Amino acid sequence: MTTVLKVDSITMQFGGVIAVNNLNIDIHEGEIIALIGPNGAGKTTAFNMITGVYKPTKGRILYTNDAGEEVDITGMKPSTIAQLGVARTFQNIRLFKELTVYENVMIAEHLHLKSDFLSATLHLPWYNKEQQVAEEEVERLLKEVGLWEERGEKASSLPYGKQRRLEIIRAMATHPKVLLLDEPAAGMNPNETDDLTAFIKTIHDKYHLTVFMIEHHMDLVMEISDRIYVLDFGQTIAKGTPQEIQNDDRVIEAYLGVDEDA
Amino acid sequence: MQMELFQAIANMSGANFAQHLVNGISLGSLYALIAIGYTMVYGILLMINFAHGDIVMMACYFAFFGITIFHIPWYITFVGVIIATALLGAIIERTAYRPLRDAPKNSVLISAIGASFLLENLANYLFSGRPMRFPNIPLLSQNISFGSVQIQAISFVIPVITILSLVVLLHIVNHTKIGMAMRAVSKDYEIARVMGVNIDNVISTTFIIGSALAAIGAFMWGVKYPGITPMLGVMPGLKCFIAAVIGGIGNIKGAVIGGFILGLGEIMIVAFFPQLSGYRDAFAFILLIIILFYKPTGLLGEKITEKV
Amino acid sequence: MKKKRDLILSVILLIVLFGLSWLLNSEMDSYVRRIANLCMIYAIIGLSMNVTNGFAGQFSLGQAGFMAIGAYVVGIFTVPVAARATVFYAVPMNPAIAGIQLPVWAALLGGGLLAALVAFLIGAPILRLKGDYLAIATLGFSEIIRIVITNASSITNGALGIKDIPTLNDARYIFLATAIAFVFIAALINSSYGRAFKAIREDEIAAEAMGINLYKHKCLAFMISAFFAGVGGGLYAMLLGTVDPKNFLFTLTYNFLLIIVLGGMGSITGSMFGAIIVTAGLEYLRIFDEPLELFGMNIPLFRPGLRMVIFSVLLMVCVLFWRHGIMGTKELTWDRIAQFCKNPLAVFKRKGAAK
Repeated sequence: MTTVLKVDSITMQFGGVIAVNNLNIDIHEGEIIALIGPNGAGKTTAFNMITGVYKPTKGRILYTNDAGEEVDITGMKPSTIAQLGVARTFQNIRLFKELTVYENVMIAEHLHLKSDFLSATLHLPWYNKEQQVAEEEVERLLKEVGLWEERGEKASSLPYGKQRRLEIIRAMATHPKVLLLDEPAAGMNPNETDDLTAFIKTIHDKYHLTVFMIEHHMDLVMEISDRIYVLDFGQTIAKGTPQEIQNDDRVIEAYLGVDEDA
Repeated sequence: MQMELFQAIANMSGANFAQHLVNGISLGSLYALIAIGYTMVYGILLMINFAHGDIVMMACYFAFFGITIFHIPWYITFVGVIIATALLGAIIERTAYRPLRDAPKNSVLISAIGASFLLENLANYLFSGRPMRFPNIPLLSQNISFGSVQIQAISFVIPVITILSLVVLLHIVNHTKIGMAMRAVSKDYEIARVMGVNIDNVISTTFIIGSALAAIGAFMWGVKYPGITPMLGVMPGLKCFIAAVIGGIGNIKGAVIGGFILGLGEIMIVAFFPQLSGYRDAFAFILLIIILFYKPTGLLGEKITEKV
Repeated sequence: MKKKRDLILSVILLIVLFGLSWLLNSEMDSYVRRIANLCMIYAIIGLSMNVTNGFAGQFSLGQAGFMAIGAYVVGIFTVPVAARATVFYAVPMNPAIAGIQLPVWAALLGGGLLAALVAFLIGAPILRLKGDYLAIATLGFSEIIRIVITNASSITNGALGIKDIPTLNDARYIFLATAIAFVFIAALINSSYGRAFKAIREDEIAAEAMGINLYKHKCLAFMISAFFAGVGGGLYAMLLGTVDPKNFLFTLTYNFLLIIVLGGMGSITGSMFGAIIVTAGLEYLRIFDEPLELFGMNIPLFRPGLRMVIFSVLLMVCVLFWRHGIMGTKELTWDRIAQFCKNPLAVFKRKGAAK
């Protein structure tokens, strides 16, 4: 299996605080990897470094593009990283709130447009062609996720669970190779979580995706992950298959805390 | 350019240089006093009080009315102007900013621009657009001779009053209860509110203090540069905001440093490069762009990262 | 199908309006014509401001500066060569440009392009700024442009300004320019680029994560905005017949701010409504600047300056109590009009009901 994303000993320091310390992660093509750990462990910071929101203080992030070449994406612009094929969702849902469901997904198609702004403005034939392809795809995606009926609604008017799904499908519209999900099941009840688990599996299989997610719902994590990384205080304290993680002492310590007197 | 600079320096006697220096320091002090108002409001509400420069303008008119029209002694007028201006600042906060406390930032910005524009137009309507002369106060505007150069007394008074005002301000901010509340709100608005700080009081006090300092600055500004017009506050206002940004917005000492850099810089540029005097007002804006480009948090500002 | 219907209706509307501008030109006196023309010019500039402030969400206050660039390009290059010696009587015009005279359309276009170029150059440092900082920086640049114009006497005639610019108080041409500007920007906003602008307005971080290059798109919006402000400035110069640095004080920008706040930040049709109301309103408010006598008594309230007081109170009231303006981010579309014709009362229903 080829490595599609390689996080090579990255460190992030904010002033005196080390949020992520010497993190190493290897993600192979087609895997579903989970990143777990207590609050404040540095999980989202790791995501932000991979997607270019933060530039790591130290270390490198390597990504294997479609041509099979390894590209150093450390400190690249988020938009460039998205264009290369790494898409993400956000922990606290960042939809374009005042825009419609349809527009939200349509915006993600923008990066595939080759037309310059004049041909787009004048709606020249080649732009219209591209636009039509994009429209068909948005329709297909929205139908797949069951939001086609709500396409004209404001994104912010959707119920919470649907907003999460919309955010995932919006990321899908950028045609990613690697999809980063930041707590996709946060705030969901068990039923919704089951639906989401099935949904992630479906898109993973259908689009040959590599999925890297941060999640607290252990049922979900244990059910669909191929491998799990556990982070605490910015450091990897364990990695392995779900079975290995469930039986790891340090993981149990990190989650349950250590009794001082023990 | 370099040749000209050497030429200019060669032509400038020590006395001349001292005169520019004194002018620069007094202009810098005035900028500092006004910049504090911007920085305090920004520190707490994260907004530019666009009307602050126009508060300075109104204070000049208050002084004009007190001394020239009602013949009140200047030292009593001085106190009256401070009170009236502080009140004006509080009223502006009440009517233009408080209703928009939870509104999008752009709305607050537009409201601030509206308040500034309203004050300018109101002054134009009430006092007419014709320039008026700030009342002459012989004690302050008399010239003091130092050999060949003459320097106005006010140029020495300004830095002294500025330092005094600063000492009082820093005492209020660092050693009183309301000062502590102000620091708390500027550190973390939400937490301070949850902890029971009366936000409305703190904000009103901030506007009152900022406007009072602006009034002190305005009075001295008027003595030094006696032409008063409704648009008088615009340029100093913009420049003082820039001074606050240069020093690090939200930081009182930073505002003072920024004010001095700007005041001295302006006077010295005109002194050394007289041919650039037409671009004097552009200096502040160019400095702003440079500082925002290389150190967006200003000289003394803290780094803020947006949470993702 | 609907798209086709809308297109046909829009074309008909444009033709009808063009006919109206023809009538306006032949039937109305020059005062009414001037106001109508000013409405249209202000609409172009208001719309240009809406591109950055309303659609891309970048609060810029540089419109007066870009207008000045367009106005001066028109002023410098359209004054007949023979008349230039009398216009530039204090400092002679720089010989490099003294012999160049451009046709009006070329000068207008050139002014727009120069404004866009300046926007491109200043965009690099300042478009990284946000909110209040961007507002101050753009305002500062607008002032710097004015200061440069005031000081570059051999090109701009400095503080004296340029007189004898060939005037254009012809509603037909100005209407054409307005129509082109509105159609162009409407098409832009309805393209993929327009959606990218809105995405940036809604959430910069999410937009970037969706592969939208922030700087490139902000810069594009800024340049397009500057271009149309420049063209608008050129038309403005031709309407006045003279330009002077004092025409382009940054307070001029506040007119356009009121237009977009009143019309709706992020609405194309709103920009037009805002421009008509503000421009016509400002003219109408002139009566407040005249002394008023009622029953032989002079009402002392009415004197020069009252108009602008009312104007600024209006801006405040608008933002305090009516934040979304007439249109908000919505558009007056044919769909909406059709709905209104079917059921006029639906408009008065609460937001929730309407889609």
